[in-house]
Amino acid sequence: MKTWQRKDLLGMKDLSAEEILFLLDSAKAFKQIGERKIKKVPTLRGKTVINLFVEPSTRTRTSFELSAIRLSADVININASASSLVKGETLKDTALNLQALNADIIVIRHSAGGAPHFLAKFLKASVINAGDGAHEHPTQALLDAFTIREKKGRIEGLNVTILGDILYSRVARSDLWMLTKLGANVTLAGPATLVPREFEKFGCRVTHDIDEAIRDADVINLLRIQHERQRKSAFPSIGEYTALYGLNKERFARIKPDAMIMHPGPINRGVEIDSDIADSDRSVILQQVTNGLAVRMAVLYLCSGGQKVES
Amino acid sequence: MKTLLIKNGRVIDPANNVDAVRDLLIIGDKIVNATTQAPGKVETYDATGKMVVPGLIDLHVHLREPGRSDKETIETGTRAAARGGFTSVVCMPNTTPPADNTGTIAFIKQRAAETACVNVFPTGAITRELKGEEMAPIGSLKKAGVVAITDDGHCVQNNELMRRAVEYAKMFDLPVMDHCQDYNLVADGVMHEGYWSLALGLRGWPAVGEDMIVARNILLAETTDWYIHCQHLSSARSVALVREAKKRGVKISAEACPHHFSLTDESVKTYDTNFKMNPPLRSERDRQAILEGLADGTIDCIASDHAPHCNYEKEVEFDVAPFGIIGLETELALSLRLVHDKLLTWPQLVEKLTINPAKLLRLEKGTLSVGADADVTVVDPKQEWTYDVEQSASKSRNSPFHWMQFTGKAICTIVAGKTVWQEH
Repeated sequence: MKTWQRKDLLGMKDLSAEEILFLLDSAKAFKQIGERKIKKVPTLRGKTVINLFVEPSTRTRTSFELSAIRLSADVININASASSLVKGETLKDTALNLQALNADIIVIRHSAGGAPHFLAKFLKASVINAGDGAHEHPTQALLDAFTIREKKGRIEGLNVTILGDILYSRVARSDLWMLTKLGANVTLAGPATLVPREFEKFGCRVTHDIDEAIRDADVINLLRIQHERQRKSAFPSIGEYTALYGLNKERFARIKPDAMIMHPGPINRGVEIDSDIADSDRSVILQQVTNGLAVRMAVLYLCSGGQKVES
Repeated sequence: MKTLLIKNGRVIDPANNVDAVRDLLIIGDKIVNATTQAPGKVETYDATGKMVVPGLIDLHVHLREPGRSDKETIETGTRAAARGGFTSVVCMPNTTPPADNTGTIAFIKQRAAETACVNVFPTGAITRELKGEEMAPIGSLKKAGVVAITDDGHCVQNNELMRRAVEYAKMFDLPVMDHCQDYNLVADGVMHEGYWSLALGLRGWPAVGEDMIVARNILLAETTDWYIHCQHLSSARSVALVREAKKRGVKISAEACPHHFSLTDESVKTYDTNFKMNPPLRSERDRQAILEGLADGTIDCIASDHAPHCNYEKEVEFDVAPFGIIGLETELALSLRLVHDKLLTWPQLVEKLTINPAKLLRLEKGTLSVGADADVTVVDPKQEWTYDVEQSASKSRNSPFHWMQFTGKAICTIVAGKTVWQEH
């Protein structure tokens, strides 16, 4: 019988295809809970989940918070601006203090790659990575995979194009590790300054030509330009970026008729994606958000020691 | 006056082309002819099966005094040096305050006289406050006793200022050492830019950021006809640039650190900040190029870049941890691997740790000539040992080599005829 043995979820790079599929299958049962009239189960009653967000986030934090609440856990949110981190306390001390408060699960979002891995080395509590710098965002990858499976019925053999700011994107990396393990053909596309050729060594295709990148794609995942992580200009202007790499109506007309459009959000209408395309029935952007709850409930449940999924 | 006879060791003294089993006699603080009739009692050290070499010299260490004696002091740093077989260390000017003034140099010399167990040679800053904006009082620093100038930890970006500083230093016969880093290219990089930085999502410190300044230094050494020493080379192209320049007779030299020829950027994959240094650990190809540079003489010296940091400073997110590791106690053992692997002969290795740095900095050290200062290191080439950083003489514990196993170790360190470290 397949089981989940990990206390932490740090990234997709370390997981096997079996573990990823087990998580995705577990999430199916949790999706139903959100569709019920009473959207709450007692699964994590008495457990304490702390959302330690050292980098601003609304979407992911809300999703984790709601997931924990629906599992009946007690949830505390800590935002960096309000915490002692700004008073000079180290991340290690902050985390040890949270553990001393008997936290069972610490969900961490941090601007530094590896911050969750650093905490996991010394914490007895579970550590769940809610995004670390430009490194990984495993629950985003899982909700992407969940959504693709829901729409396409499979992942193996699909052509998935991830388009945009790959260099600074943790979503791109987690998606890349996960999708290649699950047998998809991944193409990374965008300007050379944001999509270095070196990425080919990870078993994907790299192209700087958007038309070629989207032509045969079954899934197009658009990424936002990460202004906050780009310390140097990687392209001349937003206008030029949109002209060269934006998914506009003209390009949209040439993609496969059943290609699905994804985006981890927040979207910048009129920049990487045309506003009407974002709202079209080919876009699954809001389904992704809904599925995020199911996936995060599964992750919280499995990492806190649950093995079998009740339906 | 004490007399010490080191008997029957393999004496390796590259400066004199000596590599033979013989006795070495020390009277007082000098090396004398082994046949000299010693007055009074003679103490004997049996060095059978051991290497007897000139006291090792590390031309790149951070002793943190003044200013950060919580990380290291001249006393503890030199004790670590002695344990590692080093009888002389050259300390960098990025202290607090920086060594850009004669008062700080006088302080370092005084503290060394009071507390150091090995020779301490201070360097002075190239620019005031290491800011790269205006020249430090280089002439006065020379008078105060610095052996070189460098802004180590920083790099003068303004090529015109660097050129004037080198021309000016030449007047005082002062070599210029440079930490080669182009700030625009490197920006806020924290590890080598390449496969692993992409995989780990960490900002890259590209090799070209070093190569650019190495090339700059070669051109300036040529323009000024003066000595520029490139500190801690880490990239393949930098090695190639120095090799080519040396062929043309340019006054350029280079050092390599044990971590750069022993480790690669793959080590960073656990986000252990003891693998974070500046310049960063690079690719296997770069590591191989450093080894080739050491083997063919392109790289003149081996240096530790001993950079102590407190545990609490290193136990943080990789992005925010300070760069650097301690290295004085593991330097010789890591370097001996080059001999075990037949990349270097014993005399070639000893050269890079003794006479080469001595010549570069015009130190009257690094040989076992009759009349030389009695700085001697005895090395047991066969001893198997494990490095336990918790037992380090340094105040800091930031070593990536904790629990690593080695063959070969300094077992006796003698400074001016006095045994400052001996293994029991």
